[in-house]
Amino acid sequence: MSRYVSFRDFDWLLFAYVIALCGLGVMQVYSSTAGTKFSGFHVKQMYWILAGVGMMFVLSLINYVALLENIHWVWIGGVFSLMAVMVVGQRYLGAKRWIRLPGGLHFQPSEWVKLIVILAMAKFFAELRREVSWSDIVKIGLIGGVPCLLVLVEPDLGTALTYTPAIFLALFLGGIRAKQVAVLLIAFCLVAPLAWHHMKAYQKARLTSFIHPEDDPQGSGYQVEQSKIAVGSGGIWGKGLRKGSQTQGAFLPFAYTDFAFSAFSEEHGFVGALLVLLLYFMVLMRLISNAQTAPDRAGAFVIMGVVAVLAFHILVNIGMVVGFMPVTGIPLPLLSYGGSSVLFTFLSLGIVQNIRMRRFVN
Amino acid sequence: MFGREDKVPQGKLTAVQYGILAIFLVLTFGLWRLQVAGAERYEAQAERNTIRNVPILAPRGKIVDREGRLIVDNYPSFSVLLLREQARELSAHVPMIAGGLHMDPEEIRADIRRAAGEPAYEPILLKDDITPDELAFVEAHRSELPELETIMVHRRLYPKNGFLSHLIGYVGEVSDQDLNTPQFELYQPGDIVGKSGVEEYYNDLLMGKDGSRRAIVNSTGKEVGRLSETPAVPGKTLKLTIDIDLQMAAEEALQGKNGAIVAMNPHTGEILAMASRPTFDPNDFAVRISRDEWNKLVTDPDKPMMNKAIQAQLAPGSTFKIIMSIAGMQEGIAQNMHVFCPGGATFYGRFFKCWQKGGHGTVDISAAITHSCDVFFYTLGERLGIGKISQYATELGLGQRSGIDLPDEVTGVMPSEEWKIKNFRQKWYAGETISVAIGQGAVAVTPIQLARAIGAITTGGHLVRPHVTFPDQVNDLRKDLYGADYKPASLSGPPAAQELNFDPANVDLITQAMVGVVGPGGTAGASHLEGIDFAGKTGSAQQVSNEAIKRGIKEKDNGWFVGITPHNNPDLVVTVLFQEGEHGALAARLAAQVVKAYVDKQRLRQQKTATGPSTVEMAALWSDPDEQGHATEMRGGRFIVPVGDSHPHRFVPLKSAPGITPPAPVPAPSHRPRDERPTVAQEVPALPEEFFSWSAA
Repeated sequence: MSRYVSFRDFDWLLFAYVIALCGLGVMQVYSSTAGTKFSGFHVKQMYWILAGVGMMFVLSLINYVALLENIHWVWIGGVFSLMAVMVVGQRYLGAKRWIRLPGGLHFQPSEWVKLIVILAMAKFFAELRREVSWSDIVKIGLIGGVPCLLVLVEPDLGTALTYTPAIFLALFLGGIRAKQVAVLLIAFCLVAPLAWHHMKAYQKARLTSFIHPEDDPQGSGYQVEQSKIAVGSGGIWGKGLRKGSQTQGAFLPFAYTDFAFSAFSEEHGFVGALLVLLLYFMVLMRLISNAQTAPDRAGAFVIMGVVAVLAFHILVNIGMVVGFMPVTGIPLPLLSYGGSSVLFTFLSLGIVQNIRMRRFVN
Repeated sequence: MFGREDKVPQGKLTAVQYGILAIFLVLTFGLWRLQVAGAERYEAQAERNTIRNVPILAPRGKIVDREGRLIVDNYPSFSVLLLREQARELSAHVPMIAGGLHMDPEEIRADIRRAAGEPAYEPILLKDDITPDELAFVEAHRSELPELETIMVHRRLYPKNGFLSHLIGYVGEVSDQDLNTPQFELYQPGDIVGKSGVEEYYNDLLMGKDGSRRAIVNSTGKEVGRLSETPAVPGKTLKLTIDIDLQMAAEEALQGKNGAIVAMNPHTGEILAMASRPTFDPNDFAVRISRDEWNKLVTDPDKPMMNKAIQAQLAPGSTFKIIMSIAGMQEGIAQNMHVFCPGGATFYGRFFKCWQKGGHGTVDISAAITHSCDVFFYTLGERLGIGKISQYATELGLGQRSGIDLPDEVTGVMPSEEWKIKNFRQKWYAGETISVAIGQGAVAVTPIQLARAIGAITTGGHLVRPHVTFPDQVNDLRKDLYGADYKPASLSGPPAAQELNFDPANVDLITQAMVGVVGPGGTAGASHLEGIDFAGKTGSAQQVSNEAIKRGIKEKDNGWFVGITPHNNPDLVVTVLFQEGEHGALAARLAAQVVKAYVDKQRLRQQKTATGPSTVEMAALWSDPDEQGHATEMRGGRFIVPVGDSHPHRFVPLKSAPGITPPAPVPAPSHRPRDERPTVAQEVPALPEEFFSWSAA
C-alpha cells in the first residue's frame, strides 16, 4: 500500500474514447432538441458530463479496496434509497423512478444502485475461493435480486433488466457449472409465464410490437417503425446535422434520449453510426484489458461487471433502434440525454481507473 | 488482501471479448440492413412521412345574369378543427372553447367522446362556417389553445329567400353513387359538385380545377416548408339568359302562391325568367343541411324542391285551344266554322258542358278564343280527330322534353291512338278527343313546353329549343377548358330551331283574338295593361289526383295563362301556372306583372340608349340689372340647351341579385353612356340667341 499512485497510470486513452462519445452525444442532443421545448438540454448534458468527470477523478483516488470492505453498508444504503423512491418518489409517465433533489434536479437511484450491485457482487466472488454452490447462488440472488425487484416494482422493467447481465457475467466468471445453468434455465421457464401475467399492458405491447411493428404504426409499433425509417433513410453518408427529416419533424419519438442513436444515424449515416460503434467497441476492449491487468480478483470482477452493464445497454438500445429488440426504455450510455445515466457511467469509469492505477501496487 | 494468483481465468475474459465482438457484428449488420440495403425504401418512407400534397381548392365559377349582374358568388368560410394531439388540458379548455365559439360545452364533449375511437391525429371538426368574431377568438388564443386550428374553404353564396333557386340549383359533396358513373370518373370523394339546376348541368364549367402544393410537414401535420405549387384554376363565370329585373317581377308575382312562371324570348329561346313556388333556400345546403330540414324539404306535399317550370306536368286547360286553333286553321277547317253555343253540346252520346252556363251564342274562331268557348272547340276537335290534334301538338313539342339546358326535365303527355294502345292496351274512344280538344283528359304539359309551343305559334312557326345560358359563351368556355378542337357533343332532343311555317293570316287571326282575351269582355279583361301591347290566353284545368279522389274532396282548379308581347311577332312569351288558382284570369294577372316589368324596362332602355349629344330649345324672359341694381329692361330670347339624362337617378338597376351584397368589381358587360354624359345642373347654358327686347321706360 505504500507505492505512490500516479495519474501517469490513469487510462487516458479510455478517457479520450469516452470524451469523444460524450462530444457526439452533446452534438446529437443539441440537434434533436433545437427548436423544441427541450432546447438547451445539450448545455445541461455538458454540466452533467463535467460533474461526472469530476466525480470520476475523485473516485479514482479513493482506494477501491477500502470501498469493497465496507460495501455491505453501501448496499444497505442503496436498498433504502430504492425504498425511499417508493415512498417519496416523483410519479412520471405512470412510474415512480425519481427522487426530487433541492435545486430542481431529479435523481434516479436505480442507476447508482446498479454500481453498488456490481461492487457487492465483485466482493462476494473475490472471497469465494471454491466452486459455486447452490447456497452461493441463493446469496447472489439476494445481493442482486433484491434491488432488481425493487426497481421492477417502480415499475421500471428496462433498468431492472440492466441489473441482470452483471449478475450473469459474475456467475460465469465465478465458475458456475453447466448443470446449475440448466436448472436455472428450467426454473426461469417456469416463472416467466407468471411474470408475463403480472406485466402491465404497455410493457407487454412493447415486448411484442417489435416483432410486427407495421401492424400498428401509430401505437406501440410506431416508435420502432419511425426509428427504422430514420436510420434507414440516413443512408451511407447521412442527411447532415439538423437536417434529418424524421428527427427535426418530430416523427422520431424521444430523439434526444432513448432514440438518440437513431437520430444520430439519420443525420450522420452508416459511416457515422459505425464510428460510434467502433468507439464503444474500443471502450469495452480497453475495459477488458484493464480487467486482465487488474491487481486482484475483486478488481477484475468490478471491471467486468461494468463491461457487462455497458455492453447490455449498447446491445439493447442499438438493437431496439435497428428493430432487433423490443422498446424497453434503456438509454445508450453517453449518447442519450440523462444525468443519472451519465453519472453512473463516469462513476463506473472512476472505479475502473482506480483499479487500473493500482495495478502495480502490491 | 486477495492474492494475485486468484485472478479471473484469461480464457473466460477472451470469451467475453469474442462475445462482445459478436454483438457488435450483429449490430453492424442491423445498421447495414437499414442504411445500405434498405436505404431507398426507407428514404421513400421518410419522404412520405414529411411530404404531403395539400390541395388548393378552386373557387367555383360565379353565375351572373344577362347583363352581368351577380347572382351566385363565393365567400371564404372558415371551419374550426380540434387537434387532439396538440391538446394538453383539453377538458379544462372546453368551457373556454365553447364560450369563444358560441357552442354548448356538452356538444364539444360529445364530439370528443364520439371521436374517441379514432386515432388521435385525426382532427375533429368542431364548427363549420364560423363568424368573424369566432375566427378572431381562435386567432387570438393560438398560444393558449394550440389544439384549435382553422381551415378555409370557398362556399357558395346564393340569393336569399329562394330567389331563382330552382334554376340555379345547389351544390354538395359528390355521392358514392355518382362516383361510380363514367361521367364522374375523374372526381374524388369529397369534391363539391352541382346537385341540381345550372350548378349540375354546367358543373364542368363552374367547378374549376383544384391545385395542389407539395408541402413539408412535421409529425403533427403542421406545414414547415413548401416544395412546389400548382395553382388552382377557378371555375368559369357563367352568364345566364335570365334578366334579374324580370325574374324579380316573376318571383314577386308568385310570392305566397303555388306554381311556376316562365318568360322566354320565342325568337332565340332565351329564358328571361323562371320561377317556381314554393321554394327553398340553397344556402342551407351550402354548409351542411340537417337531416330534419332535408326530410322536411323532400316530404313537403307542395314539393319545394321541384322546379315546376320544367317538372310539373298538368292538364293545360283552355290554353290548349291556341294549339287547337292553329291546327284547325292550318287544316282549313276553323276559318269558316260558325258554332252555336247554347251552354253545352252532345257528342258521341254524351253531354259536354261549356264553362259559360248561358252559352256564347253563335261564335267564330276569333270569338271562341277570346271568350274561350268550349263548344266551338269540342266541335273543332270532333272535325279534326285525335290524329291531327296529336300531330300538330307533337310538332309543337308537347309530350316531349323541350331540351332546355337543365337537368331532370319531364316529358308531359300528348295522347294519341298509338299512345293509348302502347300504354293501356286499349282502343281510343272518340269521346276522349272531345276532352283533349279543350286541354283536359290525358294531355299534360309543363310550363316550359307551353311557352315553347305558344311562342312557336305566335311567331309564325318558329319553334326554338329553350336555354338558360348563351350557347356561344358556353362553347367558348368549353373550348377554353378542353382545347380549341372541342366539338360540342350532339345534344339529344330537338334542334336549336325549327320552322313550321304557319300561314301568317292564321297566326294574325289567333294573336288578334288573344289581344281580345286581355281586352274588355275577354276572359282576362282585368289584366288589361293600359298602353301595353299585350295578348294571351287563359286556361283553367280541373285536376283529378288519386289523393283527392281517395279523400273525396274536389280540388281547386289550376289556373294557366300564356301571354305574349307585342301581339304581332312577339319577343316575349310568358307562361304562368297558378296551382289551385281557380281561374286563368288570376294567372293572367301574374303574367301581366311580368310583362309590365319587361315592357317598362324595354322603354327605359330605349330612352337610355338614345346616344349622342342632344339639345333642347327653350324660350325665356329675363331682365339684366342696371348700375343701381334695378331691373329696367325686360328681355326675351331662345336658349339651345344640351341635355343628357334628365333623370339620372330615377332608375338604378340592380347590381346583383336581391339578397347578395355586391362584392367589389362586377364584370361589367355593358358600358353605360348615361354615367358619362353631363347632367343639366352641371351644364352652363349656351349664350341666348336674343330675338326681342323692349324697354320699360
